[in-house]
Amino acid sequence: MTATVETTPTPTVPARHSRRKKPALSDRARQDRNLGWRLAAPAFVVMLIVVAYPIGYSIYLSLFNYRITDPHGRSFLGLRNYGTILSDTLWWHAVLVSTLVMLITVAVEFVLGMALAMVMNKIVIPRRTLRTIVLIPYSIITVVSAYGWQYAFAPNTGYLSRWLHEVSSWVPFGWWNFNADYDWFGHHWSALIAIMVSEVWKTTPFMSLLLLAGLAQVPGEMQEAAQVDGATFWERLRKVTLPAMKAAIMVAVLFRALDAFRIFDNIFIMTQGSQDTTSVGVLAYNQTITRSQVGLGSAISVLLFVCVIIITTIFVKVFRTDLSRVRGD
Amino acid sequence: MAAELSPRSKIWLGVASVPIILYTLLPIGWILSLSLKSNGSITDRAYLSMNKKAWSWDNYRYILTGAGGKLFKPALVNSIFICLVATVVGVALSTFAAYGIARLDFPGKRLVLNTALLTAFFPVISIVTPLFNLWRSIGLYNTTLGLIIPYLSLTLPISIWTLTAFFRQIPWEMEQAAQVDGATSWQAFRKVVFPLAAPGVFTVAIISFFTAWNDFVYAISLSSTTGSTAPHFTGSQTVPAVLGFFQGPSQFIPPTGYVAAAAVIVTIPVVVLVLFFQKRIVAGLTAGAVKG
Repeated sequence: MTATVETTPTPTVPARHSRRKKPALSDRARQDRNLGWRLAAPAFVVMLIVVAYPIGYSIYLSLFNYRITDPHGRSFLGLRNYGTILSDTLWWHAVLVSTLVMLITVAVEFVLGMALAMVMNKIVIPRRTLRTIVLIPYSIITVVSAYGWQYAFAPNTGYLSRWLHEVSSWVPFGWWNFNADYDWFGHHWSALIAIMVSEVWKTTPFMSLLLLAGLAQVPGEMQEAAQVDGATFWERLRKVTLPAMKAAIMVAVLFRALDAFRIFDNIFIMTQGSQDTTSVGVLAYNQTITRSQVGLGSAISVLLFVCVIIITTIFVKVFRTDLSRVRGD
Repeated sequence: MAAELSPRSKIWLGVASVPIILYTLLPIGWILSLSLKSNGSITDRAYLSMNKKAWSWDNYRYILTGAGGKLFKPALVNSIFICLVATVVGVALSTFAAYGIARLDFPGKRLVLNTALLTAFFPVISIVTPLFNLWRSIGLYNTTLGLIIPYLSLTLPISIWTLTAFFRQIPWEMEQAAQVDGATSWQAFRKVVFPLAAPGVFTVAIISFFTAWNDFVYAISLSSTTGSTAPHFTGSQTVPAVLGFFQGPSQFIPPTGYVAAAAVIVTIPVVVLVLFFQKRIVAGLTAGAVKG
């Protein structure tokens, strides 16, 4: 096959390219290898520059007692920063907050996103409008979403508590009576709920669009066959649809899970970590930037990355999807 | 597929879209309503002020032509410029890389993918500390280039990963046919694959842009936020950074209305993008459905 390249006229290819390829012509694999690396190298090099250096430097810095305000007082600590962090309840509480946010928001987003994707996939009447509107929260800045929800929950500006009060007054026998002046950001759980509402609202469309992409790949014939065989809606969803879009689900859920675990913007704007809502990301920021404890902050950052690796490993093991397995099958 | 639906299920799907639309637009309407409330009515706690007197353009005036504009307008220019450059560079590099990974056998493609994953997964907050030190010493702190470079760590991995997924779903028989007809891998890429992949590339560009546009951590750490209240704005602050530290004219009164007005203004360009390219975004994301 490769020999035909020389004999076939290739007027659109500049001579430069054909010359470069010549040594590889005898061997298709080598040609692939060269082209592959030429294509991938620029992106690879940029990623190394932008990330490899900071990773290495973070790990290095995490071994020191180092404050930006006191550069000469820097001293080598070895792994003692890690010991300090891992024996501190602040760290474990931040891990708990991040994990809770991740588990709850991703679960809610998956269910909502899947429902949304199925409606978007089949809908006829406001099809374009729906698809356009759904893209809006996804495209909005997280900081804007956080402010919007913060002002909506806040007892001095917000309407949500009033609405909930209104709704609760319809509940018979006074079983539920919501305080119209409830201070959402004055309690741990309510503050976390407000944060998670903003997170879910903003990111569900992203999830649903990735799921929609997977849903569109499910062969219609499979659905029809299952329907003809008398499968109910839930059976078709569980046995046909979900397995067929496994890869899309894997990408969507993993991306969102890692994003949710690193939650920062919403918490920074809405509570700044008060009411024990400090996530791992906020903890790292507070140590590094606010308290300029670069050594300790770097160690937190490295541990945060370790958490991320653990989550990823769990995902890859559960879904058994190898991302670099190319050409499928 | 739509043709197979009975009229009844069409109606039910239409009904199902109502809560979705409400869910999406309720917070948008709220920010809009908040931005139009006057100082006196900002605490009326009504989703929509019924009293017409409560409405005013004061917040927008402050943000656009008043003291707030000195901060907000340059930040908007910064955001647009930085995000556009980071997107174009990131997507161009990713398109080539993703094609190579999806189509060609070469040792080390696993390494490239893993690096992309590592880049995407490595928390921004951990990249910021060392960059902060380096940028200060080489003079990139508080410059647009100083944000464009780290923004590539946001735009590159998601582009590589998503594009690799796209490229794997393209009907490669066509490329193979072209190669059987004598085209080289490169020709097949340019003539056959790229036109097929273009919708995907476009979608990824928009996703990349929104990812960069959304950044908060890099912006607040690698640009000077002390200027948030200063009358003179210098440096590379982006809109989220300015908003995050915005104090308004008085430190005793929360700048709720001003923040809401600024939020509405920065939301307009992305909503325009969405309205304009909606079909592309969704078509691009569902490009995997293309069958040979």
